[in-house]
Amino acid sequence: MEIKELDPANRINHMEYLPGMEVLEDSSIESQVIAAMNGYDCDKYTAADVRRALAHDNRTPEDFGALLSPAALPFLEEIAQAAQAETKKHFGNSVMMFTPLYIANYCENYCIYCGFNCHNKINRLKLNIDDVEKEMQAIAETGLQEVLILTGESRKMSDVKYIGEACKVARKYFKVIGIEVYPMNSDEYAYLHECGVDYVTVFQETYNSDKYETLHLAGHKRIFPYRLNAQERAIRGGMRGVGFAALLGLADFRKDAFATGMHAYLLQRKYPHAEIAFSCPRLRPIINNDKINPKDVHEPQLLQVICAYRLFMPFASITISTRECERFRNNIINIAATKISAGVSVGIGERTQPEDKKGDEQFEISDGRNVDEVYNAIKEQGLQPVMSDYIYV
Amino acid sequence: MEDKLILNGHEFTSRFILGSGKYSLDLIKAAVEHAGAQIITLALRRAATGDVANILDYIPEGVTLLPNTSGARNADEAVRIARLARELGCGDFIKIECIRDSKYLLPDNYETAKATEILAKEGFVVMPYMYPDLNAARDMANAGAACIMPLGAPIGSNKGICTKEFIKILIDEIDLPIIVDAGIGKPSQACEAMEMGAAAVMANTAIATAGDIAAMAGAFKKAIEAGRTAYLSGMGRVIDKGAAASSPLTGFITE
Repeated sequence: MEIKELDPANRINHMEYLPGMEVLEDSSIESQVIAAMNGYDCDKYTAADVRRALAHDNRTPEDFGALLSPAALPFLEEIAQAAQAETKKHFGNSVMMFTPLYIANYCENYCIYCGFNCHNKINRLKLNIDDVEKEMQAIAETGLQEVLILTGESRKMSDVKYIGEACKVARKYFKVIGIEVYPMNSDEYAYLHECGVDYVTVFQETYNSDKYETLHLAGHKRIFPYRLNAQERAIRGGMRGVGFAALLGLADFRKDAFATGMHAYLLQRKYPHAEIAFSCPRLRPIINNDKINPKDVHEPQLLQVICAYRLFMPFASITISTRECERFRNNIINIAATKISAGVSVGIGERTQPEDKKGDEQFEISDGRNVDEVYNAIKEQGLQPVMSDYIYV
Repeated sequence: MEDKLILNGHEFTSRFILGSGKYSLDLIKAAVEHAGAQIITLALRRAATGDVANILDYIPEGVTLLPNTSGARNADEAVRIARLARELGCGDFIKIECIRDSKYLLPDNYETAKATEILAKEGFVVMPYMYPDLNAARDMANAGAACIMPLGAPIGSNKGICTKEFIKILIDEIDLPIIVDAGIGKPSQACEAMEMGAAAVMANTAIATAGDIAAMAGAFKKAIEAGRTAYLSGMGRVIDKGAAASSPLTGFITE
């Protein structure tokens, strides 16, 4: 089948909202974030700027910029030490555990780096509610009390009602429920909050709208500003916390990390009660394309980004996913990350479906350890695994 | 007469309230023993219902549980969490935390006072965590609080008693135990609070992040006892404005 969007002339305007998409007329968050990113010149910082940023008690956006700059890379050990000190102050020895549950992998978007993209030939599956419940039972038996529910981004196949039903079932088995699904309107977030959800994560992928346009060729995900404003709509819908991420490696990762931090910073100032979380994904190989890699975001750069998030917003939750390997994950929870997944499958129906019926994975994971293994690895470091740090009220 | 901390008629000989979050569950028992603590706080949000790493399984018997309403953003949510704690069998003690600031975790005194009133009427032993403001403390006292828990510095900051002068005012003016909560980073600061006349000290992060948790709990215990003893002994004269005049200013008076 010919893919018409490969010709730029056939793509829709990525900056224009589609019918039905809520516009936050009174919000200037998007323009503030983009202005901050455009003004960020990572090469202007010196070693002195980095030292000053490290010495500060309460770090400014300028300090954050310095910590993300190439000038900070030689200070990685000191940065990690400072990050660890902040993590201990705010979280002590606690490390929260959770697992993602993918309930459907249908997707209407054509994002060229993602295994779920609508033109990728993979096994598609949407779990019915009974199977969702069975998957959740299997997860709950491992002792986990926090679940992150994910779908591919198809409003048609995984409508808000379906996600809501899955969340209602999740309430029976888990104390903490997060979602990572397509962006939606604030009234839809309010509905899902009523169904038991309190945490919403949306990856912006890249904050560079020109680059974004070349990666997300078709589907509602192509609409850049609607995605960027998802967290604010979620907070207005009553969600307790929101998660932010740029997919590092898609564009200039320093600018993207700076924009991610500023996005969180500006929203927290506007909504001081909102809990803030960061994820720090790097590109991973997918089915039918094993060449995808994190490009210039090597482990030192990744560590730098994670520590910069920690030093800028010491109170934020930072999640480390199975995109990273066991060695990196074991070490980063002792420095800056406060939440780790375990027993992970990024396919559909891993726990309940026969091998030939399962839905394929979004990407290749790098750490296949089960809940017990991760639990023990946390304890071996003198840290405390925490299954629940939340109460739904 | 034995020196006791009294909260709504409940008597305690220890003046050290120990936090239970932020460190390994296996260490809670040792920490309680070394601290000599009779009250231990418990974030209900951490009280998992499952059997893996459930904090409730690690609290030694005979210790009074002090569940807190951490996670509540307003009075209504605090009240709901308090009732839930009671339903779960955590007793009648409740530490109110109403926080709608995710950065500094500073308490909202207004919402805290509202929750205090509701929960005191329901028979809870209400211990409000608050920003040391005299008017708010009076409101909480009038609303039926069992004590007042002013913060020394932002939670987890280990900065010591930054709000010292304001806590002193509460100690002078409020006829309830004043328990310094949050910000205390080392035993000397706990001692300082007790010397000032605080009725007790609550600490968590300082102990949770120590190299040897049980030993640090023991160090705090001694510091708190030393500070209390000093307070009860009547602190000696501390001259902070040069030497005292050797010939009295009032020597001119003749009749």
